[in-house]
Amino acid sequence: MSEKLETMTPELKAFVEEWKSKPGNLIMVLHRVQQTYGYIPRNIAIEISTMLDVPLAKIYGVVTFYNFFRLQKSGKYNVQVCLGTACYLRGGDDIIKEFERRLGVGLNATTEDGLFSVEAVRCLGCCGLAPVAVVNGEVHGKLETKDVEGIIEQYRKLG
Amino acid sequence: MAYESYVLVCGGTACCSGGADKIIEAFANELEAAGLKEKVQVVATGCLGFCEQGPIVKILPQGTFYVQVKAEDVKEIVAEHLVKGRVVQRLCYDPEQAKKLVAEANIPFYQKQYRIVLRNCGVIDPEKIEDYIARDGYKAIEKVLFEMTPEQVVDEMLKSGLRGRGGAGFPTGMKWKFAQQQPKGQKYMVCNADEGDPGAYMDRSTLEGDPHSILEAMTIAGYAIGASKGFIYIRAEYPLAIHRLEVAIAQAHELGLLGDDILGSGFSFDIELRFGAGAFVCGEETALLQSIEGNRGMPKPRPPFPAVKGLWGRPTVINNVETLANIPVIINKGADWFSKIGTATTKGTKVFALTGKVNNSGLIEVPMGTTLREIIFDIGGGIRGGHKFKAAQTGGPSGGIIPEQFLDTPIDYESLAKIGSIMGSGGLIVMDETDCVVDIAKFYLDFTVDESCGKCAPCRIGGRKLLNYLKKITDGRGTEQDIKDMEAICDAMNKASLCGLGQTASNPVKSTLRYFMDEYMEHIHDKKCRSGKCSKLIQYKIDPAKCKGCTMCARKCPAGAISGTVKNPHVIDQTKCIKCGACESTCKFGAISHG
Ligand SMILES: Cc1cc2nc3c(=O)[nH]c(=O)nc-3n(C[C@H](O)[C@H](O)[C@H](O)COP(=O)(O)O)c2cc1C
Ligand code: SF4
Ligand code: SF4
Ligand code: SF4
Ligand code: FES
Ligand code: FES
Repeated sequence: MSEKLETMTPELKAFVEEWKSKPGNLIMVLHRVQQTYGYIPRNIAIEISTMLDVPLAKIYGVVTFYNFFRLQKSGKYNVQVCLGTACYLRGGDDIIKEFERRLGVGLNATTEDGLFSVEAVRCLGCCGLAPVAVVNGEVHGKLETKDVEGIIEQYRKLG
Repeated sequence: MAYESYVLVCGGTACCSGGADKIIEAFANELEAAGLKEKVQVVATGCLGFCEQGPIVKILPQGTFYVQVKAEDVKEIVAEHLVKGRVVQRLCYDPEQAKKLVAEANIPFYQKQYRIVLRNCGVIDPEKIEDYIARDGYKAIEKVLFEMTPEQVVDEMLKSGLRGRGGAGFPTGMKWKFAQQQPKGQKYMVCNADEGDPGAYMDRSTLEGDPHSILEAMTIAGYAIGASKGFIYIRAEYPLAIHRLEVAIAQAHELGLLGDDILGSGFSFDIELRFGAGAFVCGEETALLQSIEGNRGMPKPRPPFPAVKGLWGRPTVINNVETLANIPVIINKGADWFSKIGTATTKGTKVFALTGKVNNSGLIEVPMGTTLREIIFDIGGGIRGGHKFKAAQTGGPSGGIIPEQFLDTPIDYESLAKIGSIMGSGGLIVMDETDCVVDIAKFYLDFTVDESCGKCAPCRIGGRKLLNYLKKITDGRGTEQDIKDMEAICDAMNKASLCGLGQTASNPVKSTLRYFMDEYMEHIHDKKCRSGKCSKLIQYKIDPAKCKGCTMCARKCPAGAISGTVKNPHVIDQTKCIKCGACESTCKFGAISHG
């Protein structure tokens, strides 16, 4: 699969200009890039490198150090299953396996139709609802493995 | 009160996911329809702490506390409670299915709590600065700017005995003093809101429920140490907290409580947000500073301490969210008042995120010196589903596992260290007999190995080795020699790692070896996991007396592990079995069991 070229949006450009003179701006700029495209596209990283005057190697050094940044686009619906301690104790690992099984993909991979990806995360901050999964920001709590099918269908219907 | 009644709807993360916004909308509609719009005010608050039973709605002045509320229930609450003054019994919290409890003060969950840090959480609308001001907000900064010298502020902190809540328990006043004594020039005040312990959300709830208290405290600290600039380093995974901080910063600017020449005092201070990006090690202070500077978050050796040489080489104080939330109250009520709460060495309260196998998981705040038994049984309502308490874990991946015999230890920094754990940032996880301590140790090691930055060998290599031994043991291949090797590795990591992550990563292993050696031995010698959690140690067996030889199981087995001929008892080849459990659920004669 050849990599898609993304175009720099005017909003992103303005953001980079605004932050350019501030020390320590790189991570904040990368957050904005990911917010814009859902991942850090290579051609945008190259443009950022010129705009901020930081070596591309440093950008990739930072991107690969932090779990939050991704180099590949996630599915339209990104399923984040919590594997924090509270969720683990209440069966989070079973939930993640069920998502993998029903979607037929492994961790950090995307289904062929591009609709779903599954990710393991550490504590979403609503441990009271453990085990928890978040799909595009929407929280599903107190999950049991039998709930997984319904959640997938709910999003599949939206297309 | 300007209104006759107030309806507080919890707007914390857990309750929001349960539909709190729909409830708020429903109240607005129903109150309008009932003609009560002018008399009843609806407030979206921060977390009320009782997340397990959410969404929560509280009605003042009666203090009636409704749990598991749905938008459909709102009509009844308005018609019954607000119009006729009758409590809707059906929605009240009810622990024993017996006596209905109506007011919050009557719920055991709240009776032993004491709220300083969480004083405003669940009481005010966090997006309204007037609400914060109405509850003595920004009074402390006024007092500090106009009545106290920076030295007096530091002295007050020293006298209060406040110690850092981020984990290490270092006296806050002392830290401020170091920074204050550095030569004048650019200094920085940083709030650590990275909250990386998986299974803890104290700081998140404080930021979501009472963001102004953090801004006020940082400004006080800035004045005390001579900093004009502050940063809040916050996890990007906390969008609601980020939003509320942004709103709060803008509001404080508007009222001249932040920015140039605060309240005309001549002191200027500004705060900016910086986002973390999912690296646990960035909670460590030197790594955090690296991250703010836009680098990979690798820790640095200390000294020099950040108070001397921190952000961009300038003196920097780093304080945790909860530490900061205490500060305005200490200034308002005085160090003497604060130092009366708690134990001899540890003053004040502690917020815990109580989770795991307790009935009421949620956010709690108790005076230091409260016992684990009070927290787990009185506040937490005991163990879920009639199970038995096995152990509690404090301090997350850096902490230890505490067995039953220490349930009555009054908790403070020293007492927890003595029994092999740490206070940590406030994660408190309860386990029952269905949890395997070896598996838990493996879970934490898996986490620290994943999160180790790799800079120093003891942590990078030692952690991986420990994890491999734990895997070996939970797979049933462990030996007694492994335990000896593990003890040696724990020691080495403890002594030789560069930062706190590696130095404490062995605590879950050390504490489980110390208190649950018998379970390790069972895994090693008897190839048995008493909790049934270690799936590789489960054995499926066919009872020849019950087996009718129907061959169903042999046909279902994905591993081809079952053999036998028609009408004769079948057997499972343990070396081939992958423990999938398919055979057990297939057998119509109940001949297959596992253990
Ligand atoms: C691996 C590691 C992770 C840490 N994570 C946090 C954290 O998430 N939040 C925090 O406030 N402190 C954390 N700390 C402690 C900080 O290094 C630092 O001691 C603390 O922020 C100081 O603030 P305090 O004195 O107010 O506690 C961590 C330390 C280590 C070694
Ligand atoms: S102890 Fe671990 S996390 Fe800390 S510096 Fe060393 S390798 Fe990095
Ligand atoms: S399914 Fe049950 S009865 Fe039939 S062969 Fe297997 S163990 Fe025997
Ligand atoms: S547990 Fe699974 S693999 Fe093992 S014998 Fe039964 S069906 Fe076969
Ligand atoms: S451990 Fe899963 S939400 Fe906290
Ligand atoms: S989020 Fe509502 S009680 Fe905690």
